[in-house]
Amino acid sequence: MSHKLVLEAGRTERQYWRDLWRYRELFYFLAWRDFMVRYKQTLVGVAWSLVRPVLTMAVLTVVVKLGKLPTGTVPGPLFVFAAMLPWQFFSTAMSESGTSLLNNSNLLTKVYFPRLVMPVSAVIVSLVDFFISGVFLAVLMAIFRFVPPVQVFFLPLIILMVFAAAVGTGLWLAALMVKYRDVRFIVQFLVQFGLYASPVILKTSMVPEQWHGLPLRLLYFINPVVGIIDGFRWCLLGGDNLIYWPGFLVSTVVVLTVLVSGLWYFRSMERTFADNI
Amino acid sequence: MSENIINVSNLAKCYPLVHQEKWVAGLRHSLENTLRNPASWFRGAPKHEELFWALKDVSFSVKMGEVIGVIGRNGAGKSTLLKILSRITEPTKGRVELNGRVSSLLEVGSGFHGDLSGRENIFLNGAILGMTKAEIEKKFDEIVAFSECEKFLDTPVKRYSSGMGMRLAFSVAAHLEPEILIVDEVLAVGDAAFQKKCLGKMQEVSNTKGRTVLFVSHNMAAVQQLTTRSIVMDKGMVKFFGSTDEAVEIYSSTAGAEAATFFDVDKTPRKLKFSGAVRFVHFRFDRVAPYFEAGEDFSFCAKVRASEDVPQFRVSLTISTEEGTAVGACFGPERPGLRRGEETEVKITLKNPRLAPGRYSCTVAVGRGSHRTTQTDFDVVPDTLTFEVLPEEGEAGTVAAWHRHWGSVAFPDLAY
Repeated sequence: MSHKLVLEAGRTERQYWRDLWRYRELFYFLAWRDFMVRYKQTLVGVAWSLVRPVLTMAVLTVVVKLGKLPTGTVPGPLFVFAAMLPWQFFSTAMSESGTSLLNNSNLLTKVYFPRLVMPVSAVIVSLVDFFISGVFLAVLMAIFRFVPPVQVFFLPLIILMVFAAAVGTGLWLAALMVKYRDVRFIVQFLVQFGLYASPVILKTSMVPEQWHGLPLRLLYFINPVVGIIDGFRWCLLGGDNLIYWPGFLVSTVVVLTVLVSGLWYFRSMERTFADNI
Repeated sequence: MSENIINVSNLAKCYPLVHQEKWVAGLRHSLENTLRNPASWFRGAPKHEELFWALKDVSFSVKMGEVIGVIGRNGAGKSTLLKILSRITEPTKGRVELNGRVSSLLEVGSGFHGDLSGRENIFLNGAILGMTKAEIEKKFDEIVAFSECEKFLDTPVKRYSSGMGMRLAFSVAAHLEPEILIVDEVLAVGDAAFQKKCLGKMQEVSNTKGRTVLFVSHNMAAVQQLTTRSIVMDKGMVKFFGSTDEAVEIYSSTAGAEAATFFDVDKTPRKLKFSGAVRFVHFRFDRVAPYFEAGEDFSFCAKVRASEDVPQFRVSLTISTEEGTAVGACFGPERPGLRRGEETEVKITLKNPRLAPGRYSCTVAVGRGSHRTTQTDFDVVPDTLTFEVLPEEGEAGTVAAWHRHWGSVAFPDLAY
């Protein structure tokens, strides 16, 4: 028999990765569902996924101009948008995938499928939004007649890094939220404060002189979004947007740690999801 | 064909009973514990919780191509068993071996998204149940034809009637062609014609394709029609596994033991005070279980005791639905009186009350007179006597479906 399956306490593990492969199309279908459903019964439809980043960018650009914050060699809107792109992807992906299990609890208690599909497909939805906003960035660059530097070819790697960061945090939040609804509120705070804790309107090199003595500046990069934004600006804008490599390394390590531990925690809690939700 | 497709041995599942305050404490409680004793985080929850064993030591095996009924009262462990078999939850102890793909029929709405069209939902639901896009495309026309929803394929599912939604859900699941199909109480929805179609499909699936079906239902007639062997679950254990006819008998008798057929009301205080000239002592149903088939006469025995000389008395009753809505009432004729201290048992029969399938309770009164004359009551016992009306058999062995919104009385068939 091709589908032999043994269920025992603590042993459902074995078939898990094989199952995940078998259910690979579900990633796509769930993401597709969430994307379709979001713009049903709206007038402008998909255009909404452009409106939000564009408006936020406009507001933040005004803040940058009024505050006379340095944007270096690049035009203000580009400077802000290049950072907003990864930040918005990270924050929506994190909160969407964090709440994904709870929002689909009716499925969770009725059907079997590898639960990992749920938070990951929520991140994929945000990724689609991210690419839509990316098109707008390209348009913006064309308007400013801005040619991205050579390092733009490293961009896919940095995108992979945000993706990993979003999945990692999403897994942690989703698994915690099944048991502790408190997390739902924590997520809201994370999204709100994260904008200030991340250098969306700042240059990371603006960290005060006296901080440049190693540990403090490195500490800032423990927030992985800092390293990611640094990476984005470096790839897309170049010029005086340099990567602070030690910091970037710290961010990368943090992302990997969150991803691996998130996977581990999610997997260890997964078998009790249906009982606890 | 004789290979075992399902092997369950010593299966047990326990749930911790969490009390409300502890639950509210949620995160704080856990954080506190973790901070005080960091090692506990790795060892899991403290062990002093109260435990509830939903399944205890369940073992059975099912051969390929068998259709097995699973019956039992609510809370007997049927759903837990199914949840383990369909891998939604993990067993606490024991072992299950499955030699094939398992698919369970979804409740309407759980796999569907109301905003998506029927067409989109077929793909979504199929994917959730583990089908690939290619598989769904191959079966698409068949699924649509079976569900009889062709016209509404591009209508959002939220505009479907519940029957249509159910048809679509059943169609997707039935075409998944799993080796093991789990069907849980779906036939309660849908009209008789579709019920028949579903039963037919399930029979076809098991006979011609050698699939195994686990059929869970409270509907004895459907279980008897569809299955030859059944499992009776009781208090988390397998009480019986064998021929369906025997299983149904055992189920009815255990159900009867739990659902009372004898009601001692001699000492119970009355909510409504009446003279008590004649008082009820007990009621009993003259059968093994408080079940009546649709179309059957409703009858029970009531024992009364007189505390003073009464020249005449009659019994009257009101039947109410489970929700407490009165369905109807009737009075009996006056009977010869009783002397002080005298007791007698009266057999009361209501000829075919035409009650629709469902649970009912009966308020019984003893007194004088009726709605045609003046009337007084000596004693009233409200809602003590409870009973259930079972559905009658429908056309060609299917079960007649009675929708709740049709009311509680099944009028006689129409005449033209």
